[in-house]
Amino acid sequence: MSLRTPSSSIFRPKRGIDQSVLEENKQLVDTINRRRVLRGAVSLGALSMLTGCDVTRRDSVQSVLRTVSQWNDRAQAALFRPNHLAPTYAPSQVVKPPRFNAYYDVEDVAPVDAANWKLELSGQIEDKRPWTVRQIYDLPEQEIIVRHICVEGWDYVGQWSGVNLRQFLQRIGADLTAKYVSFRCADDYYGSIDMPSALHPQTLLATKYAGEHITDPFGFPLRLRTAVKLGFKNPKWITAMEVTNTYRGGYWEDRGFNWFSGI
Amino acid sequence: MADDSADSPQQQLTRALHPLPLRLMHWTNAVAMIVMIGSGWQIYNDEVLFGWLHFPSWITIGDGAEGALQWHFLAMWILVFNGIAYLAYGLKTGRFRRMLLPIHPHEVLLEIRKALRLNLEHDDLTRYNAVQRLLYVGIIAVIVVQVLSGLIIWKPVQLSELSFLFYDFQGARLAHFIGMVAIVGFVLVHVALALIVPQTLVAMLKGGPRVPKEPTEAALEADASAHLESESAQ
Repeated sequence: MSLRTPSSSIFRPKRGIDQSVLEENKQLVDTINRRRVLRGAVSLGALSMLTGCDVTRRDSVQSVLRTVSQWNDRAQAALFRPNHLAPTYAPSQVVKPPRFNAYYDVEDVAPVDAANWKLELSGQIEDKRPWTVRQIYDLPEQEIIVRHICVEGWDYVGQWSGVNLRQFLQRIGADLTAKYVSFRCADDYYGSIDMPSALHPQTLLATKYAGEHITDPFGFPLRLRTAVKLGFKNPKWITAMEVTNTYRGGYWEDRGFNWFSGI
Repeated sequence: MADDSADSPQQQLTRALHPLPLRLMHWTNAVAMIVMIGSGWQIYNDEVLFGWLHFPSWITIGDGAEGALQWHFLAMWILVFNGIAYLAYGLKTGRFRRMLLPIHPHEVLLEIRKALRLNLEHDDLTRYNAVQRLLYVGIIAVIVVQVLSGLIIWKPVQLSELSFLFYDFQGARLAHFIGMVAIVGFVLVHVALALIVPQTLVAMLKGGPRVPKEPTEAALEADASAHLESESAQ
């Protein structure tokens, strides 16, 4: 999803606070009734007791919503058709460049240095040797032209290529019966997907977009691209992958977005 | 629900116009629908379809898009399961056939003319006029289509065989928005009329007047033709 950094408030003065305001209102400031301020403070204290009760109510509502969201994870897993292919599109429909999305603006992207980059492996994997960019580029490529759908509601058709994740997991001797494949990224983003989605034929570790190496804003050198999840379930600038039975959540998921988020 | 079994030998027993299960389903639907609409507005705000339209946060439900989505996907289950129960109930007990059918176009026009002259009859709560029938059948159909467009937005890949129904993903979003507008429009008219004729509101809370238990098919026919005759006599 494209997430905007907090926009500066339109109410914030452009040039600091003008101290002359204090001078102009000196009379008003002097007439502030201290007793009324004190009474107001006491009322405010009483109100805070009420909010105490409100906070617990809010917490219980939150826990119900989170429980239902977890239940929705299970419902979506049950609905998931492992071999059902997402619709694919013609190269002429591909949007170039792809649409940027991260939890910060495009100008804040910190490019990854390819020479020092490594893909670290951990968890239920037999061969945990890290991978360099060159080794990743030498893997067999698969191309998919699929629709990217953001949780916000926008979408575009993109053309992605890279190694099929199922083939990669088999190559490194991953336990394909584990529950999750989890990713960590150079920008401290993190996320995890369920194993059936990881093994879907249209789930790739993508290195190319429209036939060219993915550029910095879109996850260079390596990102996940799966046709069966919402956009935010596709981590970019991946630096580590883990195969695990432990739920690892994700950046947006830990902030309340649904974890499964299958489409 | 025992009072709704059509083949009961005790035809002369009376029951409430709106039996308890129906009232429960009506109010469950009302609450679920309000949550769906309020949270839907907040979700819409995250990526608007129309640049000029944002819903102010004081009328939306949910803290940010993530909170609104949680509400939307909670109320979704309640709305759908309650809706299925309502449709099954309406079909099985014959309530839909009895209360919502038939809809004759000339009766609809007649009722619209009466309504425009502010001359609505509402002495008899047990009989819906043609405009009411049309609106109730219409809103049921709109909600069914709304659930369908919602499912396609939620699962455009898993339900890809159905995605052509609304042209494409954005088409389904637009259909879902238009469905919301239709439902909000219905709610405004429905609530306004219920407040103008408060005994209808009381009836949906307490059950309303007693009516004969499940009229026989023949009685229904006779009743319908008598009604038609009285209409054409006017």
